[in-house]
Formats: sequence, structure tokens, C-alpha cells
Amino acid sequence: MEEKAIRVVNLHKSFGTQKVLNGINLEIEKGETTVIIGKSGGGKSVLLKHLIGLIKPDEGEIWIHGVDITRLREKDLNEIRMSFGMLFQEAALFDSMDVFDNVAFPLREHTKKSEKEIEIIVEDKLKQVGLLRFKDKMPAELSGGMRKRVGLARALALDPETILFDEPTSALDPIISLTILDLIKETQTRLHKTYVVISHDILGMFRIADKVALLSDGKIIEQGTPGEIRKSKNEAAMEFLNATKLPFFTGGEL
Amino acid sequence: MVKALFAPLERFVRESGRMSIMLAESIFFAFRPPFKMNYIFKQMEFIGVNSVFVIVLTGAFTGMVLALQSYYGFRKFGSEGLVGATVALSMTRELGPVLTSLMVTGRAGSAMAAELGTMRVTEQIDALTVMALNPIKYLVTPRIIASFLMLPLLTVIADFVGIIGGYLVGVKLLGINEGAYIDKTITFLELNDIYNGLVKAAVFGIILSVVSCYKGFYTKGGAEGVGRSTTAAVVISSVTILVTDYILTSFMF
Repeated sequence: MEEKAIRVVNLHKSFGTQKVLNGINLEIEKGETTVIIGKSGGGKSVLLKHLIGLIKPDEGEIWIHGVDITRLREKDLNEIRMSFGMLFQEAALFDSMDVFDNVAFPLREHTKKSEKEIEIIVEDKLKQVGLLRFKDKMPAELSGGMRKRVGLARALALDPETILFDEPTSALDPIISLTILDLIKETQTRLHKTYVVISHDILGMFRIADKVALLSDGKIIEQGTPGEIRKSKNEAAMEFLNATKLPFFTGGEL
Repeated sequence: MVKALFAPLERFVRESGRMSIMLAESIFFAFRPPFKMNYIFKQMEFIGVNSVFVIVLTGAFTGMVLALQSYYGFRKFGSEGLVGATVALSMTRELGPVLTSLMVTGRAGSAMAAELGTMRVTEQIDALTVMALNPIKYLVTPRIIASFLMLPLLTVIADFVGIIGGYLVGVKLLGINEGAYIDKTITFLELNDIYNGLVKAAVFGIILSVVSCYKGFYTKGGAEGVGRSTTAAVVISSVTILVTDYILTSFMF
């Protein structure tokens, strides 16, 4: 791969006296799914929010498309943001709008497309996540898993280069989790976009990851393909993997 | 010790500063295309149209009780005819704008804080930012513009209904001479009284919307935080409205 999609250099962030990120170095390849795994409350969300400029770092650089976004003004940052989509932990659908309008919203605000064209795109995106027949429902009428699927459809609406996923399987039962993971895997394989996923769900993530990075104590302690990670001799990494004691686990073969 | 004493003061200064910045940003976005007219209309309906019933009730009973109270006072001096002027002046200068603003704070200000607070804790505000859309422009500016425009209109309704209410109680119920009542009202009430009252209402509209939006926008801590923000929005807006009313009145009349 030529240029990296995202390059994080020596990122530091504290909230008050609490050090959350303590020198993150991370490279994210284009067109792959990179999963950042770490404990709950370990700063994963904070790291993800840095990537899209929702949080400013205390120190460090984040390079996207050859630009260090930590130095950008809001206006220039917004141009970078246009090439991003994000699926939030609780989907963050606008609860004043129905499903159709939620997915149509970025298109209406950022493109000059006619309502007819927008309708075609929105219906296509909703079809991709299997929710076309729910397009007139309000977010409050949907289950958690369905909301996340609508959130994914909305994140895909502008065909962004990169999509960020904040804990896509949290608060979902195992079966719904699998459908969401399969949907992520399936759209990524088809669209070849850069996916960045954060999660504490190790097992699920090995199903979808091309690359894995382990986040612990505010640092990336190990990164590589799922196979490399499983063979890692790094103590903290081993401890983390052993936390999910299962006789076998599948997926992520070399 | 000294620090503990100054902490509330420091917080007051910081919060007022941040509210002013939010207001300045909102005004900036109000004059920058694309104009979100449908957002403004939606808020005008919510803040204005949906408040009419409450405001009519508030105005009517305020005017009526004013007539009743001042009648008992004026009767002692045999000057019942002044009841009409008292009602009209009190309504247009003070009670119309102040009570309207307080009622709208309770109705719409609390709703603004709760709605924006919920949007904050469910990351909907972050979702706007991620979509490269400025949340102040989409969420705060329409609410401030709508409040600024609707509060004077609601106050006109409250003034009018209050004066009618006072008339009904004074003339029809208490038997004050109708000619004297209307004549005194017209003599004492000047256009300036109404006008200044409406200026007050517009200012109060800005205050209640900025405070409520600010409190909602910067909510922290889940459902409990939303509750806290809503309470704070109503209390701070109401107190600020009353304090500002005194200051404005001392300059105006």
C-alpha cells in the first residue's frame, strides 16, 4: 500500500489529572478494516473521536490525506470530515426524523441532488442494510440493532472513504451482534473502504478485522494481522487475549 | 477558603462568557447562507403558536386580578376610574412581557434544554459535527431567532387579553363607569409603553433561548444530566429575566 489512510503520531490526551492517551502511534491502511481493541474505559472512544476532530489532543499529530488535522481550523476540518462516515455507539439517529429522513439528511445538506435522486440513493442504502420496509418508522420505534443498521446506512450515504465504528456490537445480543458484524464485513468487502472499528469484543472483531491494534494503558501495545496478534509474545497482549478463555476461536486465519 | 468563596463567582463569569460566545456565534450563523428557514419556522410554531393558549390564560387572569386588586385600593380614594389605566400600564410595561417570558421559559425553554441535552448525551450533536454541519447553526440559531421574534408577538396577545380581562372585571363585574374606564385608559396609555414592553419581550426572548440552549448544549452525565440542565435552564432564565427587567425598566421609563 502506498500512503496510509490515517497516521497517528505520539498522541497524548488527559482529562483533568487522568491520562487517557499516553503516546499513541498507529497506522491505518487504506481499504482495510482495522480494529482497535481495548478494555472498557481505556480510551478507545477518545482515540476514535480524535480521528475526526471531535476532540483536540494535548500533544501529537494525526495525518489524514497528507494533512495534520490537529492543526486545522474548523472550516478545513469540515472538508476532511466530508470523506468520513461514523457509526455511533447508540447510532445517534436524529429522533425528530424518520428513518428515511435520517439517511437522506447528509445528502440534502451536502449535495445539490434532487429529491428524486436522493430517494433512489436512500432506498439503495437502506436495502443494503436490509431495512427498506422500515423507512417510515421513527428511530424510537426501532430495536437497538435496527438503529445501528440505519446508522450504518446514514454513514454510507455520502460514499465516504473512511468509516469509523464506535463499539458496533455493544448492548446487542450475540445473534444481532453477528448480523451487524456480517453487515460490516460484507459492505467492506464490497466497497473496499477504510473501516476503523473500536471494540472490547475480541471474538467478534477477529471475524471482521484485517488488522488489529491492542490499546492498553493509553498506548498501542501490539498491532498486526489477527494471526500475528494471536501469536504475540507481548505479556499485556497475551493477558488480554486470555481474558476470553475459549477452547478455540475461529476466523482471522493468516 | 478564598478559592471556595470565589469558585461560584468564577463559574458565573465563565458561564456568562460562554453564553455570550454562543449568542455571538448564533448571530454570525444567522446571517450566513444557507438559511435554515424551515428550522426557524418549526421553532416559531413550537415557541410561539403552541404557547398562545397558555399566554391567553395568563394574560386574562393577570388583567382580571389587577383590576380586582386596584379597584379595592382606588375605591378608598373614590378614584375607581383609574383602574383601567392601572391595568393597561401594568400589563404593557411589566406584566405582559415578564409573565409571557416566564411562561415561555417554563414551556419552551425547558423543552429546548431537555431536547438539546438529550441530543448531546445520545451523541446526536456529535453526529452533526461529524457530518461537517455546525450544530450551533442547526440547533441553536433557529431557536434564538424564533424566540426573539415570537416573544413580542405573544406579549401583544397577553397585553390585549389582559386589558380586555381588566375591562370585563372592572366594568361588567365591579360596575365602574364604562366611559371613565375607557377614557382614563386611553389618556394614560401611550404607544411608548407598549413599544418598550415589546423591546423587553424581545430581549427576554434572547435571554431565555440562549440560556436554555447553552444549558442543553453542554449537558454532561446522561439522563440525570439532562434533568439537571433543564432545571438550571428554567431557574437561570427566570432569574436573569427578572434582573434584566429591572435594569431595562430603570433606563426606559
